[in-house]
Amino acid sequence: MHEPVESLIVDRTDRMLDVEELIGRARSEIDACSDLSGLEAIRVRLLGKKGELTAQLKQLGALAAADRPAAGQAINVAKEALQTALQARREALDAEQLAAQLAAGAIDVTLPGRGRQLGGLHPVTRTLERVEAIFRAAGFSVRTGPEIEDEAHNFTALNIPEHHPARAMHDTFYFPSGKLLRTHTSPVQIREMVEHGAPVRLIAPGRVYRCDSDQTHTPMFHQVEGLVVDRGVSFANLKSVLHEFVERFFEREATLRFRPSYFPFTEPSAEVDVLSESGRWLEILGCGMVHPNVLANVGIDPEEFTGFAFGVGVERLAMLRYGVDDLRLFFDNDLQFLRQFR
Amino acid sequence: MKFSEAWLREWVDPDLDSAALTHRLTMLGLEVDGTESVAPALDGVVVGKVLDVSRHPNADRLSVCSVDVGGDEPLSIVCGAANVQAGESYPAALNGAVLPGGLRIKRSKLRGVVSEGMLCSGVELGIADTAAGILPLGDEAPPGMPITAALDLDDRMIDVDLTPNRADCFSILGIARDLAASERVGIQLPDISPVTPVVTTAFPVDLTASAGCARFCGRVIEGIDPQAHTPLWMRERLRRSGLRSISPVVDVTNFVMLELGQPMHGYDFAKLAEQIVTRRARSGETLVLLDGQTVTLDPEVLVIADASGPIAMAGIMGGDGTAVDERTTSVLLESAWFERNAIAGRARRFGLHTDASVRFERGVDPCHQARAIERATALLMAIAGGQPGPLQEVSLDDEIPVPVAVGLRRQRLAAVLGIEIEPERVRNLLEGLDLIVEAAPDGWLVTPPSARFDIEIEADLIEEVARLYGYDRIPALPGIMTATLGRMTESAVPLARLRATLVAREYQEAITYSFVDRNVDAALSPGADALALSNPISSELAVMRRSLWPGLLGALRRNLSRQHGRVRLFESGVRFIPENNDYKEENVISGVAYGAAAPEQWGVPTRSADLFDIKADLEALFALTGAGDEFAFVADEHPALRPGRTARVRRGGNDIGWLGELHPARVRELDLPGAPLLFELACDPVVAARPATYGAISRFPAVRRDLAVVVADNVPVVAIDRAARDAAGAKLQDVVIFDIYAGKNIESGSKSVALGLILQETSRTLTEADVDEIMHAVTDRLGREFNATIRE
Repeated sequence: MHEPVESLIVDRTDRMLDVEELIGRARSEIDACSDLSGLEAIRVRLLGKKGELTAQLKQLGALAAADRPAAGQAINVAKEALQTALQARREALDAEQLAAQLAAGAIDVTLPGRGRQLGGLHPVTRTLERVEAIFRAAGFSVRTGPEIEDEAHNFTALNIPEHHPARAMHDTFYFPSGKLLRTHTSPVQIREMVEHGAPVRLIAPGRVYRCDSDQTHTPMFHQVEGLVVDRGVSFANLKSVLHEFVERFFEREATLRFRPSYFPFTEPSAEVDVLSESGRWLEILGCGMVHPNVLANVGIDPEEFTGFAFGVGVERLAMLRYGVDDLRLFFDNDLQFLRQFR
Repeated sequence: MKFSEAWLREWVDPDLDSAALTHRLTMLGLEVDGTESVAPALDGVVVGKVLDVSRHPNADRLSVCSVDVGGDEPLSIVCGAANVQAGESYPAALNGAVLPGGLRIKRSKLRGVVSEGMLCSGVELGIADTAAGILPLGDEAPPGMPITAALDLDDRMIDVDLTPNRADCFSILGIARDLAASERVGIQLPDISPVTPVVTTAFPVDLTASAGCARFCGRVIEGIDPQAHTPLWMRERLRRSGLRSISPVVDVTNFVMLELGQPMHGYDFAKLAEQIVTRRARSGETLVLLDGQTVTLDPEVLVIADASGPIAMAGIMGGDGTAVDERTTSVLLESAWFERNAIAGRARRFGLHTDASVRFERGVDPCHQARAIERATALLMAIAGGQPGPLQEVSLDDEIPVPVAVGLRRQRLAAVLGIEIEPERVRNLLEGLDLIVEAAPDGWLVTPPSARFDIEIEADLIEEVARLYGYDRIPALPGIMTATLGRMTESAVPLARLRATLVAREYQEAITYSFVDRNVDAALSPGADALALSNPISSELAVMRRSLWPGLLGALRRNLSRQHGRVRLFESGVRFIPENNDYKEENVISGVAYGAAAPEQWGVPTRSADLFDIKADLEALFALTGAGDEFAFVADEHPALRPGRTARVRRGGNDIGWLGELHPARVRELDLPGAPLLFELACDPVVAARPATYGAISRFPAVRRDLAVVVADNVPVVAIDRAARDAAGAKLQDVVIFDIYAGKNIESGSKSVALGLILQETSRTLTEADVDEIMHAVTDRLGREFNATIRE
């Protein structure tokens, strides 16, 4: 243990020297102290009310008046020096203590997080949400309609009379009542135009049904139908809108090919192919100028208004966008598949 | 429509290679589905003329042939075919040749005689499905000529997927016409001149009873050679168009159909009785078709009949009783025009699909029946000889459509396409299609040829102009996107937010079929039978779902079988609820949860999810409305759900859905390893929202007081909660139920409910006296209402 400090303090005339020595001895004692309580004990012994230096101060009165200032100053210097030393040591011990605490509380931050995982949206929904957002931004409204339809809305009003070969090509699911599962979302156009007339600018997303099931067909799939009817709408406008849509959807510059095709409800009609990155033409949608009979069927004057319509398969878009190679996966709902789309 | 490129080029031969040609067709709207070489590579196979045939010395069935293959010396080739004849040419595969089946031809000894090659059949060359011996080539091709050149095998089969409006392109003629117009080159038509009759034999035809046959052309040809064979060139044309060679009569009629688009039929003249009548079938009449099946007819069906009854389903298929066979020496050729609507749908009704029915359903040129007869007569006579009778033509002229001139306005054309096309160009394009174009004050007056009956209105002409001009040359013009500002209501929660909330709570969205198995549907939904499809794809997909649970449980089961032990799925979509002979479509959002409450992880004990885990998910959805307090869960029963663990979900006074655990019986029926939790909520009442209204925030401290009350087991906690809130009044901020306990120290039949009441006042700090007063009111109320005792 430390040598008691009082043994160093002797009544000498050369007090300066004694004080310096005291400082020296006290410093080494402070430096050697390894805990805060020991340090406090040292402080009390030196600087407390009954401490060594305090005692020295009290004895100043016994000195000659001429000696007092110098002796007093020496004691104060010593006092400050010891206070500084004590403070520094206290801080060092504090830091050590904290460091030890922190070290004891260290955790493996690489362990996995706890709690819930994230689910995910179905890729078809995700695709639909994007398509809707793209068209909404251009002022298209998003409209829906019934999935069970009648022949009038699904076919007749769309210029597909009974016995039209296109009816047979639609592979329709029927109910005993004669109603049917809509084969496209085009009936929504009809309902909208009957209700609101022209001008109209909408997209109609939804489930559609065809009585067909094999590797590349599922009996249910999703379609987005688009319709613009206004004064002065042309095929050139249609090309522009679809080109823009495809570029927005795929987030890349796209080369499109419009080739003549046939839909009973549009004329001229076109199929649109997009050039893939590997240089192949991929069919992505069908479109055309709204057939004048369709406009007339819903009470819109085809002389005053023209319009275009397009229909795109949502699964088709999703397959191209995400590289899915089997249509059937969309309705199998295997978590291993679904979890790839958050 | 499948055809040979070489055949098309015989009619119209633009300066385009194969790839460019098919691209042009596609860009004309005649979408090329695929092309295929008409024969495999046949290097080392040449024309070999058999000079001499002798018996093989050691084998009865083999012959040894001396074959000229264009070299200095004839080769000796051993042949096993019975039909080999001296003087005839056959394909000869020489030493080193590899045949399509992979057979490598080597010079070798057969039973002691050297064979320097092999004489081949059509099957061996990969150009026929069946063969009776080796393939005779006739004597046109010189010995040594590569077989590919001799048989013109450097050719492709082009398969065009025709749209329903282009009936005219079901023929070489139609496709050639379009291509010639597009490429502005000439078209080379075959010579079709009338055949001079040499006999007077005719057969009476009566169309008067018909509703649908307006023209019937016929011709009797007597004395044809029943032994005649269809020449190779015609068999190849047919083969390259996807048709099999059958007999000269059938082949010729098929050939003319491919060439001109006019389906034809040949009857064995000797088998016909009295006269031809076209009429609707009588109910119950039967007919044995060429394919052997017997059909029972009705007045929907147009038939060709003779005195004995129906002999053909008009425009679809001939009858077996009057069919041409290997003894036929006289035929009646038929080339008729049937109205589209008299044929459409009939073939399908009988499960038939023939080259004739496809063409008649879409429409055939009403004006070239006679031409087709002349062409067929000439071709048949060239093959099988015979003496032609006169061409008979019976028409109901009133019923034959006459092309009507259609106006095309210059301004309208520009308005619809968005581009001005030179007037002279427009005229040229239309005239290229054989349309007759006359000037009109505001544009043109255009009369289509009879084959283009699809051109009826101005839009049809606009499409023709655009198609020939080229869609790719019409510019893309922006400018219609006049912006209007969007709507963003707060009175309904967007479905996307509900979905996002469930996704954030671990649910993976599923999309299942809207049609489900009848039994599964019945087991999971109470009430009237589900709406059934008339023509379901399978019994598993037969009725319209009345709930999304069948689909979700199916998906759950599949995932469990694929070793996913913990599943959370939701779906939003329509359910179809039958209602007094009608139905309604309702949007619902439904979910299924199976397995542990939380994913397996370190530091958290695993426990199974229970109803309250899922209830919290629903409460999160309800909170989105800003009116979570309007929703309530009421104990109830549902056939799909386990009694005692089933809650009816209500909003205000309305039932909006269900939450519960799957009934153990259903768990067994569906063969699940355990009971999942299910919910289904009607969308509309769930999304109805109210915009938030601000309430003052208190800056004074809140006080929490806890209270444990002992009540009877059957007292719903929600009732205690509600009573406590009511009794505590406006100063109560919230109630937390933090413990439910039954067991030691609690009388049996009772439970202890621990509530934490959070009290706060907006204008001042609550005093001890305030709090005591409130707590007193609460305990008092609970005591009165539920006979609750305060647990110390």
